[in-house]
Amino acid sequence: MIKVEGLTKRYARTVAVDDISFEVEKGQIVGFLGPNGAGKTTTMRILTCFMPPSEGTVNVAGFDVQKEPLEVKRRIGYLPETPPLYPEMEVGEYLEFVGKLKGLPTAGLAERIKEVSEQCAVTDVFDKLISKLSKGYRQRVGLAQAIIHNPDVLILDEPTSGLDPKQRAETLDLIKSLAGNHTIILSTHVLREVEQTCEKLIIISKGKVVARDSMENLGSRLKGSEAVLVEVEPRNGAPLTAGDVQRRLEQVSGVSRVVGKGDDQRIRFEVESLQGRAVRADIARAVVESGWNLTELHPVSVSLEEVFLQLTGGSKQ
Amino acid sequence: MSNIWIICRKEIKSYFASPIAYLLMAMFAVIFGFFFWNVVGYFVFMGIQQQAGGRPFPMNLNEQIVRPLLSNVSVIGLFLLPLITMRLFAEEKRSGTIELLMTSPVTDFQILLGKWLAAMLMYGAMLLVAGMNFLFLFIYGKPDWRPILVGFLGLLLQAGGLLAIGTFISTLTKNQIIAGAATFGVCLLLWVMEWVSAYDSTASAKVMAYLSIVSHFESFSKGVLDSKDIIFYCSVIFLGLFLTARSLESLRWRA
Repeated sequence: MIKVEGLTKRYARTVAVDDISFEVEKGQIVGFLGPNGAGKTTTMRILTCFMPPSEGTVNVAGFDVQKEPLEVKRRIGYLPETPPLYPEMEVGEYLEFVGKLKGLPTAGLAERIKEVSEQCAVTDVFDKLISKLSKGYRQRVGLAQAIIHNPDVLILDEPTSGLDPKQRAETLDLIKSLAGNHTIILSTHVLREVEQTCEKLIIISKGKVVARDSMENLGSRLKGSEAVLVEVEPRNGAPLTAGDVQRRLEQVSGVSRVVGKGDDQRIRFEVESLQGRAVRADIARAVVESGWNLTELHPVSVSLEEVFLQLTGGSKQ
Repeated sequence: MSNIWIICRKEIKSYFASPIAYLLMAMFAVIFGFFFWNVVGYFVFMGIQQQAGGRPFPMNLNEQIVRPLLSNVSVIGLFLLPLITMRLFAEEKRSGTIELLMTSPVTDFQILLGKWLAAMLMYGAMLLVAGMNFLFLFIYGKPDWRPILVGFLGLLLQAGGLLAIGTFISTLTKNQIIAGAATFGVCLLLWVMEWVSAYDSTASAKVMAYLSIVSHFESFSKGVLDSKDIIFYCSVIFLGLFLTARSLESLRWRA
């Protein structure tokens, strides 16, 4: 649905986007993730034909953004970071204006407006002035505006910024419900949202794509494995050294690495195993059979946050 | 065509949804009303004086009332036109709605033409107020209507040029005040440029006088359709809209 090849955008002195390539398939929700100033908005503005690329080709729904911008614009719905609303208009009036602007025929426009207002839950503010709306409603009107012409592709630039947690969740649910009919690109710098919503992730940093993968793969990608935290106690005060435990754990099949995490009081290890092998049962058996007490055993999940920070070159506070 | 109309209608609605339209029309009504009262008063005074003096001098509504009034409208326009155009693009840039317009399936040309047309209609609404005053002349006298029509055409053409320039200036900034002030400055300069011809007749002075937007109104106010002046105003309109189009395009590259 979307094909970006070698996309570069230069401003007078800076390079905002540097040789980005990616593809998005029909019906996917893709998270576009990166720190502020990474080039997310620039990329989205190029996809929506707001600005032309300096280099490279961008193809949306089969049309080149530079050669046939009107065709691309017809098939794209865009919600910029600040919803593009006219405060002096009423919600219904605004949606009518956008509908006409997007080329919807007058016949059936009223029904379509009703449909999207229900979908985006703005029916109860339908006759209100936009200037009187709360931030959450504004965002939803912005979303209604983006989907009114039933576009193939939806581009949402930080659709949840500035919303309270409840509104955030509602907006994300709404976006999720739109997937399938629409191909969605969603930018954010809030990781939790991507984890909840997106199927695929594109992480960009300093104008470059640093990772591009499905959600599951990215999580395990960093260490190439899964880790389990194990804490062991000697039974009945029998002497036990950390070295003994480590040697025993290393013998468990599937274990790739055992890292000491303990201190003077406790014997703890982080046991890494090959991807896809659930070794927790084997570890538990090995510990118990050696005559020790197993006091703790749980998987250590690699959070997206860690992946993100490592990829974008930031450090965790 | 329909795209232009969609944008034009939206602009007109927002003029009339805010106090701008009413303020402009009210200000225009008061200022123009004052001029009208003034000119008619002078006309009556002259009539009485000539009757008393016994010197029969032909009194002419068109020459003595319509013509000076039309020139007045053209100057009042210089002051009020920046208030019409200053918000056109500056406001969209500030609020981010420009992104909606520029990512919708309409061309830049349709956007700017719709906006300019709305500004023209807004000015047209102000001229209607002037027209109402002229109606009194028809109730109490018999002026020739043709020169008045030509005069209004001249006013529209002149305003068209200034509105096109104002639209262009509005694309250059996010700040309405800056757009308005700059447009006002340009309008004023285009008016006073003519003054050099009073004392200077060198080539540069002639060029400046020619470029003055007011000097070309002379023929219209007399009720004369001069192709030279029509072409001048049309060129200004074209230049203003052309610059607007270029500016929008550069906005896409720089934004």
